[in-house]
Amino acid sequence: MARPIIEVKNLTKVFGTVVAVDNVTFSIDEKDFLILLGPSGCGKTTILRMIAGLEIPTEGEIILNDRVVFSSEKGIFVPARERDIGLVFQSYALWPHMTVSQNIAFGLKVKREASPAIKKKVNDIISYMQLEGLKDRYPQEMSGGQQQRVALARMLVSGPDILLMDEPLSNLDAKLRLDMRAEIKSIHAQTGATTVYVTHDQVEAQTMASNIAVINKGVIEQIAPPKTIYNRPANLFVADFIGSPSINMIEGTTDAGDGMVSVTNELFALTTTCRHIPADLPVVAAIRPENISIVPEEGINTVPGEVRTILPSGPETVLRVRYERYVFSLLVMQEVTLSPGQTVHLYLPPESILVFDKKTGHLLSQDE
Amino acid sequence: MKNKGKTIHRLKNYVRQPHIVISLVFLVILLIIVILPFAKMVEDSFVWQFADTRLSRDAEPGGFTLFHWKRVFDSALTQNILYRPLMNSVSTSLSVSLFAMLIGTFLAWLVSRTDLPFKKIVATMAVLPYVIPSYIHALAWLNLFKNSRIGGAVGVFQYLTGIAPPDWLSYGYFPIVTTLSIHYFPFTFLLVSAALTSIDSRLEESGEILGATRFHILRRITFPLVLPALLSSFILTFSRVLGTFGTPYFLGTPVRYYTLSTQIYTNIINRVPSVGYILAFVLIIISSAIIYMNQRMIGKSKSFVTIAGKGFRVTETPLRKLRYPLLCLIILLFIASVILPLLLLVWQTLTLYPNDYSIKHLTLLFWIGEANTAFAEGEAGILRNAAIIAAAWNSVKLALVSSVLAGFLGIFIGYAVVKGRNTKLAYAVEQMSFLPYLVPGIAFGALYLALFSHRFGPLPALYGTFTLVALVCVAKNLPFTSRAGITSMLQIGGELEEASETLGARWITRFRKIILPLSIQGAISGFILVFITVMRELSLIILLVTPETRTLTTMTFRYQEQGYTQFSSAISVLIIIIVVFGELVSRRFGKKNGI
Repeated sequence: MARPIIEVKNLTKVFGTVVAVDNVTFSIDEKDFLILLGPSGCGKTTILRMIAGLEIPTEGEIILNDRVVFSSEKGIFVPARERDIGLVFQSYALWPHMTVSQNIAFGLKVKREASPAIKKKVNDIISYMQLEGLKDRYPQEMSGGQQQRVALARMLVSGPDILLMDEPLSNLDAKLRLDMRAEIKSIHAQTGATTVYVTHDQVEAQTMASNIAVINKGVIEQIAPPKTIYNRPANLFVADFIGSPSINMIEGTTDAGDGMVSVTNELFALTTTCRHIPADLPVVAAIRPENISIVPEEGINTVPGEVRTILPSGPETVLRVRYERYVFSLLVMQEVTLSPGQTVHLYLPPESILVFDKKTGHLLSQDE
Repeated sequence: MKNKGKTIHRLKNYVRQPHIVISLVFLVILLIIVILPFAKMVEDSFVWQFADTRLSRDAEPGGFTLFHWKRVFDSALTQNILYRPLMNSVSTSLSVSLFAMLIGTFLAWLVSRTDLPFKKIVATMAVLPYVIPSYIHALAWLNLFKNSRIGGAVGVFQYLTGIAPPDWLSYGYFPIVTTLSIHYFPFTFLLVSAALTSIDSRLEESGEILGATRFHILRRITFPLVLPALLSSFILTFSRVLGTFGTPYFLGTPVRYYTLSTQIYTNIINRVPSVGYILAFVLIIISSAIIYMNQRMIGKSKSFVTIAGKGFRVTETPLRKLRYPLLCLIILLFIASVILPLLLLVWQTLTLYPNDYSIKHLTLLFWIGEANTAFAEGEAGILRNAAIIAAAWNSVKLALVSSVLAGFLGIFIGYAVVKGRNTKLAYAVEQMSFLPYLVPGIAFGALYLALFSHRFGPLPALYGTFTLVALVCVAKNLPFTSRAGITSMLQIGGELEEASETLGARWITRFRKIILPLSIQGAISGFILVFITVMRELSLIILLVTPETRTLTTMTFRYQEQGYTQFSSAISVLIIIIVVFGELVSRRFGKKNGI
């Protein structure tokens, strides 16, 4: 059993009258890569800053490496500089009046390491991050990608076992972002440092995380591995927030048939593979765009519709198909020969349909 | 029990943040240097002073009384003490603001929107009158138009023409308004040209495309867009003129034309300080109300976003036949506002006898002459005169000390305010550091006189010390330096400091290695501007200096008062040289942080 490195208990942060973080509890195991994912203003950065010690929580407890660094109960607050963490900012926060090597050496100098040791460490990290030749440059003389590398080097040089990153890639262009994702993933693999990473980019979260915490309005909606988040979202918010194009939703009420629950409204009667859901419950059925397919004729769980738009993008194509007041998104991997205005039949496989309680928003399907 | 413990923990954590500590310290400092003097001044106005025993038999020093308030607002003297000076203050301020606005705006329009020749040079020249201390324009005026009314030498005009200029030309409303308008128009010029150059011409062009005439565009599009700048310059000029002391003193008092500022001075000098305090109070109220109005109006109209990207074009209105006539007019204005005053001053310093401007009697005696009992009661030329050299040294020391101190305090305040953004504490510190801006110079001096003339609680009696003069200069310039500090901290951003914090740096290290090096660039131009301001300061310190602490500006004032115009002119020239030098240095640092 892996040991928890970061433990956050009942953490709350109130700014004036605004509750930015509301009674959040989670823990992160050694070598884990946790991504805090959520819309802007959801409190994810505040959580990161509280772990770093840059923000004083209102309530709760934070334990790093078995050491209580904050406890409202016991009156403990260890400031950032004593927490031994590495932090990369969205803006990189490189000091414009220092060269690359001065930026990197700063932390070591502050810790009063011997200068030959500093020199060696700085040189090592510079070659590790492929920054040779930029040593004596100032930050403003470098590209965004290079600045990003310097920021990473500055964080890594003192070898912290907890790395915190606050949207580090959001200022880079799309191509560079892909490269840096791979880079950060490999840094994580090599250093084995426990990492907390904040982003609003769900693709970034899906590709990098070992666990994702989806945050909304200061509350953790779900914390789970990326696959689970995508396939078994705990509630409607997560289902809707994750995935592009967004998940398709159909409101209805349950109708317990022969063990399998079906969801019906005035337009549909969709069979699902869910069981043990009370009848006559208002629910929301949801299905991912890639799970809907086009079939030649009517049948069970099919919906007739008119093709509205066709949006090809490289290997895949997004289709929008309208049926009455519903517009379904489909993600199709094959060549599409349809044209707008054409009528098609959509097939919604029962095993792909997730059922959520309309009132609470919780996932009801439990077919695993 | 548990809750109480938590509250204490929370309080402890709160106070552990460096910016909170700094904010709290500044709250105390600002209370002492801004709020307390005001409170003490109001209190003193209700208390019998020792000197009051001359004025009233009922006076019992230390006791409560409404005597002073009655004397100012409801007595036979009210007309002379309050109403007339108030009317004079308001009428000169209004006139100056109006003329300065007209000249400044026209010039700004010419420079930024027309094909006037030599625009760049004109733009630089237009600022110069503002660099020269305002009362020096008044001295130059006297050198030109002084008549024999107040005794002493007559001015160049009477010397050359033999005609004595009438009183209205020599003293009072007319010369005050003329000299101050000349001094203040650059202020409008700067504000309005900044506004004009930030208006995208495309806004005007789109009007043109829609078929509007040039005049129509000017009236309906351009004018509303520069209106905030116009209002600002009008109102700020108004409040500055209201607090000006030197000019109305030199040009007004000879004909008993008093303004509030000179009335404050006269009352305090004549040992009726409480009346002076009440007048200072009136001045502060008016000035605060005006500035508050301005903030309100600016706040509303700031929502015009006129800058649409960087590279916008400016369409120049062709002046056609008027190009050169207008240029000549500007040159004339420049001669009248800069060259002529300087020439008059220098000429005056070279005259052996005060009323003899002939070439054959020109001398360098008042610059480098040894003490000679035949002239000026044996005072040596200013470059050899120990008293003047001491005053020069005082001036430089004062300007250095207060600019460095005010600059550093500004950085600290900027840090605390930006770090604590959106908290009540930071807001309080920000607002309080802005307060001295509302208090006109002479009234601010009066405040300090009220608080520091006697020992007050733990505060020592600082009257007569260099410390007090420096303190008042620091406090008065704090609004400016803390603004600059806030701006530069906002540019630096919190993350640069936080990055060093996560790497293990203590606050001292963070401040020394990160914040200070990053903010010093912006601070240096701030230092220099405060240096210049203090170097030419008169209104603020005139009530506080004593013979030991006198500066070049107050020496000018004394010599002028005693009729040694050669000396006062020579010292003025010296001040101008230092100020212009400072201005040049500050331009080298490039950044313009306003005025």
